[in-house]
Amino acid sequence: MLKLERRPEASERWRYGSPLLALLITVALGIGLFVLLGKDPVRGLQMFFWEPLKSAYALGELMVKATPLLIIALGLAVCFRSNVWNIGAEGQFVIGAVAAGGVALLADKETGRWIVVAVILAGVAGGMFWAAITAWLKDKFHANEILVSLMLVYVADMVLGYLVYGPWKDPAGYNFPQTKSFEAVTQIPRLMSGSRVSVGLILALVGVAAVWVFLFRTRSGFVQQVGGLAPSAARYAGFSSRKALWLALLTSGGAAGLTGALEVAGPIGQLTPYIPSGYGFAAIIVAYVGRLHPVGIVFSAVLMSMFYIGGELAQSRMGLPKSITGVFQGLLLFSLLACDTLVAYRLRWQSGRA
Amino acid sequence: MRHIGGIPIALAEREGLMESYALLIAATLNAGTVLAIAALGLLINEKVGVVNLGAEGMMLCAAIAGFAAVVHTGSDLAGFLAGMGAGALLGAIFGVMVIYLGTNQYATGLALSLFGVGFSAFVGISYVQEKLPPRTQFEIPFLADIPLVGAAFFKQHPLVYGVIAYVLALIWFLYKTRTGLVLRSVGESPESAHALGYSVRRIRFLAVMVGGALCGLSGAYISVVYTPLWVEGMVAGKGWIALALTTFATWRPARILLGAYLFGGVTMLQFHLQGLGVQVPSQFLSALPYLATIVVLALISRNPAWIRVNMPASLGKPFHPSS
Amino acid sequence: MTVLNKRSILKIAAISLVTAAALVACGKKEEAKPAAAPKAEPLKVAFVYVGPVGDGGWTFAHDNARKELEKQFGDKIVTTFVEKVPESADAERNFRDLASQGNKVIFGTTFGYMDPMLKVAADNKEIKFEHATGYKTADNLRTYDSRTYEGAYMAGVIAGKMTKTNTLGVVASIPIPEVIRNINTFTMGAQSVNPKVKTKVVWINEWFNPPKETEAATALINGGADVLMQNTDSSAVLQTAEKMGKRAFGWDSDMTAYGPKAHLGSAVINWAPYYIKSVGEALDGKWTTGQSWWGVKEGAIDMVNVATDVPDDIKKRVDEIKAGLKDGSFNIWKGPIVGQDGKEVLAKDVVADDKFLGGIKFYVKGVEGKVPN
Repeated sequence: MLKLERRPEASERWRYGSPLLALLITVALGIGLFVLLGKDPVRGLQMFFWEPLKSAYALGELMVKATPLLIIALGLAVCFRSNVWNIGAEGQFVIGAVAAGGVALLADKETGRWIVVAVILAGVAGGMFWAAITAWLKDKFHANEILVSLMLVYVADMVLGYLVYGPWKDPAGYNFPQTKSFEAVTQIPRLMSGSRVSVGLILALVGVAAVWVFLFRTRSGFVQQVGGLAPSAARYAGFSSRKALWLALLTSGGAAGLTGALEVAGPIGQLTPYIPSGYGFAAIIVAYVGRLHPVGIVFSAVLMSMFYIGGELAQSRMGLPKSITGVFQGLLLFSLLACDTLVAYRLRWQSGRA
Repeated sequence: MRHIGGIPIALAEREGLMESYALLIAATLNAGTVLAIAALGLLINEKVGVVNLGAEGMMLCAAIAGFAAVVHTGSDLAGFLAGMGAGALLGAIFGVMVIYLGTNQYATGLALSLFGVGFSAFVGISYVQEKLPPRTQFEIPFLADIPLVGAAFFKQHPLVYGVIAYVLALIWFLYKTRTGLVLRSVGESPESAHALGYSVRRIRFLAVMVGGALCGLSGAYISVVYTPLWVEGMVAGKGWIALALTTFATWRPARILLGAYLFGGVTMLQFHLQGLGVQVPSQFLSALPYLATIVVLALISRNPAWIRVNMPASLGKPFHPSS
Repeated sequence: MTVLNKRSILKIAAISLVTAAALVACGKKEEAKPAAAPKAEPLKVAFVYVGPVGDGGWTFAHDNARKELEKQFGDKIVTTFVEKVPESADAERNFRDLASQGNKVIFGTTFGYMDPMLKVAADNKEIKFEHATGYKTADNLRTYDSRTYEGAYMAGVIAGKMTKTNTLGVVASIPIPEVIRNINTFTMGAQSVNPKVKTKVVWINEWFNPPKETEAATALINGGADVLMQNTDSSAVLQTAEKMGKRAFGWDSDMTAYGPKAHLGSAVINWAPYYIKSVGEALDGKWTTGQSWWGVKEGAIDMVNVATDVPDDIKKRVDEIKAGLKDGSFNIWKGPIVGQDGKEVLAKDVVADDKFLGGIKFYVKGVEGKVPN
């Protein structure tokens, strides 16, 4: 029978091989699924892996979808590497959007372009504030950050709902729950015309570099991760776990809040109850699939976005149900988690002996 | 005094009000049962130290499994069994991954949630327009005829009473039997249990399967009894509330039941108040269960000794027998 | 005794990847082959739905109309639909994709698509866009809506007679003028046959959430309502009424099957007449922008499957109302109409115009509670 045997040290090859194998497994299962549904599997794969890449417009849309995932996942990577499990990035995203929206609503036709900066900063601050609640509760009360941050997601949704149904509702909007559209001057600048890609992409790529430098080239980044990997050793060396906690949560909260600002002052252009779009949860998967490594996260963000957009296209062009996206994303993560075992363990055939 | 049909109006109005409160209690019991069953399943998971964030996905898959079973067989019992089966199966997959392969519990749970939401929607497409055979209205003979009290407590689905009986049985099992002690010790200190010769992994795996089956029962209850139709996403976050509930109730079965009625009652209360003309911002009421959970979490975690007494010590940590 | 060889696994993985890539590339080439048919290209028509086709309510009604459209025009058109497109940033991408796929007429079936559609319409001037329940138009984008309040009025007439507690209940979605108007019209219809009725309202703040709709319906029934109406999109309210032994109406689509004992009638929307007109105009090159608001007169609204135990005089009244709406002799919103506070909102014999109807934010007398915010 097959037995799992711990490796003396983690396998480098499988560290890179595991995501690839997971992707292959997902694709294979996907082909099986298409065939079961009576759809052309090759065309199905095209929807997911070719269509989102095939033109400049398509790539632009891919970036529009990938940028928020990328930014949030970068923050989460720092967080998870510090052994702080922030599951509530979605809530931090929403509060960041709310804060950014609040500032954007202050603008009128006379306001200058500087307001964009204010909007973005408000978003970051909002996300940080929301994450700070979790950090404070853990710091002062030892409250489990997973449960607290998760609960705060729902509270954040309620805060947004209260604002768009109430005080911030557009008076000229026929009583629909939404704020007025933000003035054009608050719009996050686009990178180029003809595409919805915004400067958020630049921010994201800068973030990738910054996180990479922080994690792998600075002392404080090292300290941060030791706290995550070996808490007792960290304590012995005098590294402050409290500092690590706050840094981790503020970073990921700020990243999520920034993304909220970019979305709301970008493609959406107003606050509506539909802002919570699951990016905060999807980013957890993106971070994981990208191995909590900034460069890996770039690839996994693109991959997840391909799944999203491919799912939409599969629906409109092949009549496949929308739910197929969630199935694929879940399968990918499952396969990855399973394949990851091979990094730390190897499979051995054990004959005879029980 | 103004009269209507011989009864003073004021009295008639008060009777009507009392009647509506009795019905509110009945609706709360019903809503709370859904949460209680799921939370009790998650409790068993967490008592052995495993956190399953995939509750929502499991409940949805069980809901479609149960609904489909009733559509095809006409039997509610088949629906419940199918739901429990789906939950146990997904629990088993989860168990193999986190217990035997040692994968990260939170990520695996999230994957299960994501997958379960999509998969149930997928599978359920052909069932969206289906209807179930007419639902039976249950009531306990004699007791149901007691004015007010009868309407409040004795016109419920058998599972509502079943879950109360289950809680009593669970308390007895966990705290008065040897097996229950072993279960709890696996959650408190898997190393000690392992040293004593218990197969920690097998006990955890069984617990996760049983927990999954209960989540499944709750999911089936939703689609077969509570809102007898299938629509994707119909669990609508109850899985996450159940997770919160387990923590809110500090991992004690009786508190879970009470907390479930409390949480379940919030939405009903909100609508009841609206019907009475009372205007409360609905978002505030909806946020209450989550805020309450955070407060409780902060309070019980504050004192490390308190937490040790309440929370299973090995919660969330994988166990590897060093054999 | 075999050990899974890392090297061989990686090799297999690499080969599979290359094979998969080759397959995909080959498949792509197939797509590039020229299309065969030389006869007139069918007109491509696309629909974007906010909910699932199987919701049994709003989206279901649109999709049924789409099928009618196919029957009407046969192979002169080809229809596609995309369902569950949220009213968010994703919407724009969906519309753009449909536009790039050669669709010449695109329908967006919910209010929240307004701004995305405007943006896509601006970039695709040769495509005709139709937006349901919106209020902004462009040269190539027009709006259409249905006078659901006419259905609500007829339901009210039936409800007023069938209620034994003189308390009606409405499970309402979002407090926009359309929904408030329907609550009012339902009450007015009931009062026309039974001046003593009161209407209670529960707002769930969503269009589609069956468990919440069930809870809201339960709360209304617990509060004394014995006839329910809804402005939400699923059959949960009717099913709850069935379970609890009360009566209710179907909404948007015929929901008789979901609650045979409880069902009093369904206020349905029939989008087919409008869709047929629209696509017909597109085919004939006669499409122009504008705003349409169709009701019983144009065949867009109807009250169907009225229950057999409804008294004949009420059934006759409903038929009279339909006839009156068709020939214009009957006006629902004709004064005197009194608000909750007792003050007149519409003077005697004054007929409300569409502008008035579109901005209703008050409750009429007989409706309990306050309009949210």
